Amino acid sequence: MVPLSAYVAVSAILFLTGLLGVLIRRNFIIVLMAVEIMLNAANINLVAFSYYMESMAGQLVALFIIAIAAGEAAVGLAIIIVVFRGKISTNVDEMNLLKW
Amino acid sequence: MTLVFFAYFSLVSIAAGVLTVALRNPVHCGLALLALLLHVSGLFVLLNAEFLWAVQVVVYAGAILVLYLFVLMLLNLKTEERYFHSTFMYFLAPAMIGSLYVLALLFRSPFGGAKGDAPAAAILQDGDTHAVGIKMFSDYLLQFEIVGVFLLGAIIGAIVLAKTPKPLDVERER
Repeated sequence: MVPLSAYVAVSAILFLTGLLGVLIRRNFIIVLMAVEIMLNAANINLVAFSYYMESMAGQLVALFIIAIAAGEAAVGLAIIIVVFRGKISTNVDEMNLLKW
Repeated sequence: MTLVFFAYFSLVSIAAGVLTVALRNPVHCGLALLALLLHVSGLFVLLNAEFLWAVQVVVYAGAILVLYLFVLMLLNLKTEERYFHSTFMYFLAPAMIGSLYVLALLFRSPFGGAKGDAPAAAILQDGDTHAVGIKMFSDYLLQFEIVGVFLLGAIIGAIVLAKTPKPLDVERER
């Protein structure tokens, strides 16, 4: 029997990996992929708690998270295409149109 | 046996996550993300969530990741020389310290909480898909509809954003 804290630890490590990726990578697409890693870590957490607390609510929220990840990917990639059309770059350091 | 599978899925998913963040070529990052998604779906199977396993493989690995790869190949990105953020060393140490702290907290606290109304035996009787469906279309019907409207808005937003801009009508503006 795998203890719940093992699942939560895996989820925490994955979430921090994703957070680190968002902070240190410069390519916008990789930043979005790191966000997907973080959403997956949250999903592991929700499903593990759903199993150990014997409740279905966690699995349903995980389904909604997958749907939201799909929407986020679609809109984020559309933004990347728009930015790339103008500047030929996906570097997040050079996207400062909304700054100030 | 469960322990072996858990160790395999969790170790490979962590390794794939690290590779997704650390690899240089964006297409390789996408493939590492694919490995991560498949192994996370393996964790879902260990947790009696077969429906989420199917959704993870079909929607995440099948649709979202293909969308990422489409955009990567559409943009034809070159590998950049400096692919980390210029100040990434400042983020590295706080992230390591924070993660170690969170891990120490997690291993120290035992889990004990109120049990819900869906024990594993009841789920396994009719299958996980049945349980998810019953719950989804009774208690979570409003949220389900909201997610539908949200996805419609996301589709329309993506189309409007990525549409080719109309050339300006110079004659009429004069």
